[in-house]
Amino acid sequence: MKTKILMGLLAVAIAGLIAVPWIASYFYIFILTEILILGLFAASFNLIFGYTGMLSFGHAAFFGIGSYATALVLIHLEWPFLACLLVSMGASALLALVIGFLSVRLNEVYFAMLTLAFGMMVFAIAYQWRSVTNGSDGLAGFTLGSFGLGVDLILGNPAVYYHVVLVIVAIAAVVLYLICRSSFGMILKAIRQNPERVSFAGLNVRTYRLVAFVIAGSFAGLAGGLMAPFLRVASPELLHWSMSAEPVLMAILGGTGYFLGPFVGSAVFVLLETWITSFTESWMLVLGIILAMMVIFFRKGLLGTALDWWLEVKK
Amino acid sequence: MSKPILTIDNLTKRFGGVTAVNGINLEVMPKETIAIIGPNGAGKTTFYNMVSGRMLPTEGKITLDGQDITGLPPHKISRLGVSRSFQINNIFPEMTVQENVEVVLSAYHGHSRKLFNIASRNTGIQQEAVEYLKRLGIDGLRDQRAEVISYGDKRLLEIAMVLATQPKLVLLDEPTAGMTPDETRRTTKLVKSLADSGDYTFLITEHDMDVVFNLADRILVMHRGEKLFAGTPEEVKNHPEVRVAYLGEEEEDAVEEANP
Repeated sequence: MKTKILMGLLAVAIAGLIAVPWIASYFYIFILTEILILGLFAASFNLIFGYTGMLSFGHAAFFGIGSYATALVLIHLEWPFLACLLVSMGASALLALVIGFLSVRLNEVYFAMLTLAFGMMVFAIAYQWRSVTNGSDGLAGFTLGSFGLGVDLILGNPAVYYHVVLVIVAIAAVVLYLICRSSFGMILKAIRQNPERVSFAGLNVRTYRLVAFVIAGSFAGLAGGLMAPFLRVASPELLHWSMSAEPVLMAILGGTGYFLGPFVGSAVFVLLETWITSFTESWMLVLGIILAMMVIFFRKGLLGTALDWWLEVKK
Repeated sequence: MSKPILTIDNLTKRFGGVTAVNGINLEVMPKETIAIIGPNGAGKTTFYNMVSGRMLPTEGKITLDGQDITGLPPHKISRLGVSRSFQINNIFPEMTVQENVEVVLSAYHGHSRKLFNIASRNTGIQQEAVEYLKRLGIDGLRDQRAEVISYGDKRLLEIAMVLATQPKLVLLDEPTAGMTPDETRRTTKLVKSLADSGDYTFLITEHDMDVVFNLADRILVMHRGEKLFAGTPEEVKNHPEVRVAYLGEEEEDAVEEANP
């Protein structure tokens, strides 16, 4: 019964998201596009954080590489958008394989520090390799051509682009969700709770952590590939370590224990940022207070706390 | 005469200047139950850690079923058929009791590499998990979160997880430690019936002498990392040195008299 209500709510939410361009202004179309992209970024992060128990502080490296990959392909090769996104995923998966190979052998704080260090290196490269990345200005001036697969879309139209983002994020979310529900996903959860027991069950924990890291990296790259045309620029800020903090904050804000938590976190984060910065400059102060409250009182996040309360207390 | 399933040859572990395990030799025959006893710090757990791959031996050789497994990582040793329990509970606390066993089973059957199946609809694994829980008498708890069940039930769950990899050799590290007398009796009976079933080869460390004499075919007595004596339960009971050094009946009696 409760599952049916939840599915109903989800269906209403999806229907609402589809209908947005007809009922809301461009302002909200832009905001929702950003929420969806960052939500996918945060959900990919949560595969390694909430499910596998690895706190990475370098996830923006994959997001940023994805942005640059799409921007570069659009500038130099003018490929269809779908092909750009595949290149973004491939590039970030490759980077995640390298960084992950060197990092997953370490635990907890050392893993976090190493991913942070690699994230900074990637940022430094993007910042300084002017001939390819155009340095601090970033890559701009690219235009979206066709979508690919013979689908005729005017991607320059924000409403159309919003729908494209919605469909791609939805597909990516379903794929990530299926991975979380699979036997592989079950092993990831087991690794978070007790990695030693998993290795004594005969599995190489490092390999599983690495595979999760690469999957998460490639989906972050997909989110990055969606971000560059939205911002019309791929700039070093997308790779900056402060950008790596965003999925951490969003996952905690929404709740790491439920699959949709990071999406809720992304929505709350972006909406609050938009509203609060419109009347005060101290957005960071407000965000800090909210986060402190979440960690102290609502450790399961907004979605997690709400769902747990509804599912368990109101039986 | 069958060949030993496990051969330990001069196994030694030194931590800096301390020798935790010193030149242990042991042959374990299939379907046998061997108990390793000795006071705290005798080196039993270090011995286990080396056999299960958690620690690298300083010297010596471990052979499982004719294959040298010395220094292999835990997941490889587990794959080759050695499964162990721990002194402290080592389970997945946020999962249900049944899911705990399912994790081990999916690892064992290679389902853990499947990215797009639906774990909760894997009925084969689920039925098998229930079978193992039944064997340990805890199938009634299958839907409970593992962290909320009693201490003794957690230990039984761990044994279920250990057996689920269908090991050639089972290492149990103080299976009844911390249990109530009632739980100890239940667990001893269970392990006894598993041992008698002839499906398993057990290595058991244990403090409780009743449990040891009840279960073991042979006993290895360790003292300060070395083998003090090895023999049948009868021989161990009657061995004067063992009585003094470990069973310490006289000392224990003396303590009891001093603190009535």
